Amino acid sequence: MIAKANGKPAGSGCEGPDKQGQNAIDVEHIVKKYGDFTAVNDVTFHVVEEEIFGLLGPNGAGKSTLIRMMTTLLPITSGRAIVAGHDVSKDADGARRCIGVIPQALTSDLDLTVEENMNIYAKLYDVPAKQRKEAIDELLVLVDLTRWRDAQTKTLSGGMRRRLEIARGLVHSPRIFFLDEPTTGLDPVSRVAVWEMLTNIKKNRQLTILITTHYMDEADRLCDRIAIVDHGKLVALDTPAALKASVPGSNVIEVQFEHPPADLEQRLHSLPDVTSVQHEGAGMFRVLTGNGSLTTTALVEMAVHAGIPVKSLTVQSTTLDDVFVHYTGRQLRDELVKAYGFVMPQAPGLRP
Amino acid sequence: MNRMMAIVEREMRKFFRSPTLMLASMIFPLVQLIVLGNAFGGKIKDARLGVVDQDGGTQALKIRQAFDSVRANMRTFMPVYYNDEATARDDVRNGKIQGAVIIPPQYSRRVYEQDRPQIALVVDNSDNFMSSTLEQELSDITTALNQPTIEPRLLQQTVLQIVELYPYIEYMKYLLPGSITLAMFVSVMIGGGMLYIDDKARGVHEGYLVTPITKTEMVFGLNLAGAIKAVLTGVVITVIGALLAGVSTIFNPATVLGLFIMIGLTSVAFNTMMFLLMVRVDDPLVPRAIFGILNTLLFFPSGSIYPVQAFPTWLRVIAKADPFTYAVHGFKGLLLKESGLTAILPDMLYLAIFGTVALAIATPLFKRTM
Repeated sequence: MIAKANGKPAGSGCEGPDKQGQNAIDVEHIVKKYGDFTAVNDVTFHVVEEEIFGLLGPNGAGKSTLIRMMTTLLPITSGRAIVAGHDVSKDADGARRCIGVIPQALTSDLDLTVEENMNIYAKLYDVPAKQRKEAIDELLVLVDLTRWRDAQTKTLSGGMRRRLEIARGLVHSPRIFFLDEPTTGLDPVSRVAVWEMLTNIKKNRQLTILITTHYMDEADRLCDRIAIVDHGKLVALDTPAALKASVPGSNVIEVQFEHPPADLEQRLHSLPDVTSVQHEGAGMFRVLTGNGSLTTTALVEMAVHAGIPVKSLTVQSTTLDDVFVHYTGRQLRDELVKAYGFVMPQAPGLRP
Repeated sequence: MNRMMAIVEREMRKFFRSPTLMLASMIFPLVQLIVLGNAFGGKIKDARLGVVDQDGGTQALKIRQAFDSVRANMRTFMPVYYNDEATARDDVRNGKIQGAVIIPPQYSRRVYEQDRPQIALVVDNSDNFMSSTLEQELSDITTALNQPTIEPRLLQQTVLQIVELYPYIEYMKYLLPGSITLAMFVSVMIGGGMLYIDDKARGVHEGYLVTPITKTEMVFGLNLAGAIKAVLTGVVITVIGALLAGVSTIFNPATVLGLFIMIGLTSVAFNTMMFLLMVRVDDPLVPRAIFGILNTLLFFPSGSIYPVQAFPTWLRVIAKADPFTYAVHGFKGLLLKESGLTAILPDMLYLAIFGTVALAIATPLFKRTM
């Protein structure tokens, strides 16, 4: 293990106030403006030590802008961000020494080998030669790439390349790890592999992780707490369980009717324990209810009596999808998934 | 320092793993050297010159003998005899022959009477090079015909004697300094321009910017890597080009030392210039789009393919500021004239100052954030 017991890692040069009783990240009234456009609008949150904190939101919500401000990549218009005890606007280098960052785009060099990619980053962080080798050995085991140590990066699959980048980001044993949409574009198997790897890393290292994602299942599975960001604003922040509980109704009934009458939405509202009804077009309704079985029985009876044919019906527990819909009024899953592989980062000065 | 060297290491590893990139930066200047050197370096041979002899006298015969002598020796042109002037003129227009000499009636009588004897040369002056060669050849022939049979003991007219300082320099050799310079420019354009912007667009720089590397370390690392690539290209092209063009001066140790210094300084000057041009560019299309313009604007006014003294004033101003000019002049001095380092000191000084100034302007323009 490279990380010391007190959480101050060896080799990274990360110095700062002792973490006891202190948040890993404090973001206070942070604002980012590009001309008249406000990309991030007065966002405040705190990330406690050794938690996995998720920033959830659709593309263009301001997640990447937020992460770029916290990682010293973008100047902050107003407000402040304290990362590992360092104000990123005043002591950017201090913050940089304590963080590891995995950008959205895959940036490992295709012509370099796995080890060379990691070695160069270790040098950029001034990790001494002896610790460099130890850190690389340990991380390659952790991300299961030891066999590929001397392979050129271009021979790796997308998932393996993402694992390499995660290892590269940890080569200087940072205190805080930022991951910007780490599984975007990966196939389902690779996504699960990355999740397991992150959980494993978290278990082995005293690490605070801040992750941005637009995948609900990813946030639900990985994060201790989740902040939902929409249109540059923080709309909700809590644990996944608390967020789900905050949505009125514990079950969701998705029902599709053939030829629904105009007053069907009102009729669904009047069913027992129904808290909200959302018409999604093509005869499809999402019904939130506090009692799934009772409402479903009443709904089917109502449909039979009214002679409205039911095409399909599902009942499920509330998910983060419902949380997102509840807080933002739209569905996250409608957002387009970005193309895998090369992702052009937002040009500075342009709207994210 | 370690962090700066990490950037250099990364760039060099990539460079050596992409041989196509190295070749691309070398092939273009070598092709230019071989094709232009051979295409422009030769003299005109076997042009077709029409001859219309309307005189038929002994003096006309002397001219025809002179033409036959050219055909047998220099082979600049071969005479084609016509009976009428109109046909010869039409054939010049149509490009069947490259020129026509008209020997008018009574030419021989006028020679004997010393009564302004004249012959005419009809040329296709849409082709400057061909027409001036034929004019020169015909002038030489008429000068020879005008020589008195017995030369006076003492020359009564001023004669220009030309002393050539260096052995005959073929056009390919003349082009070599420009080709070396161009190769380094192409290397810098690809290695320091295109790849720099591509890396920026791919987010590689974003990866650097989150590390504690300083702005100066990044700027110097990127420039040092670009300059090393240009040095390697310069060395390879100098050796291959000199062997192809038959320039033996590269075996002189003093010249080798001078060449190393010139290659180093040229690489630094070019790379810092490119870095300055690209420091605020984000669009990968920009370096590709301006490649041709930069090439024309910097390479052609440098005197590498045509002498600066033939340029109009505005072009001379560009040539004066253009680092290409000093690089070409320096390489020309070393490779073709075996000048000592003192002779090319002003060139080296200009390139060093140019590189320093370009870097001094580019460094504050480089953004440490996105």
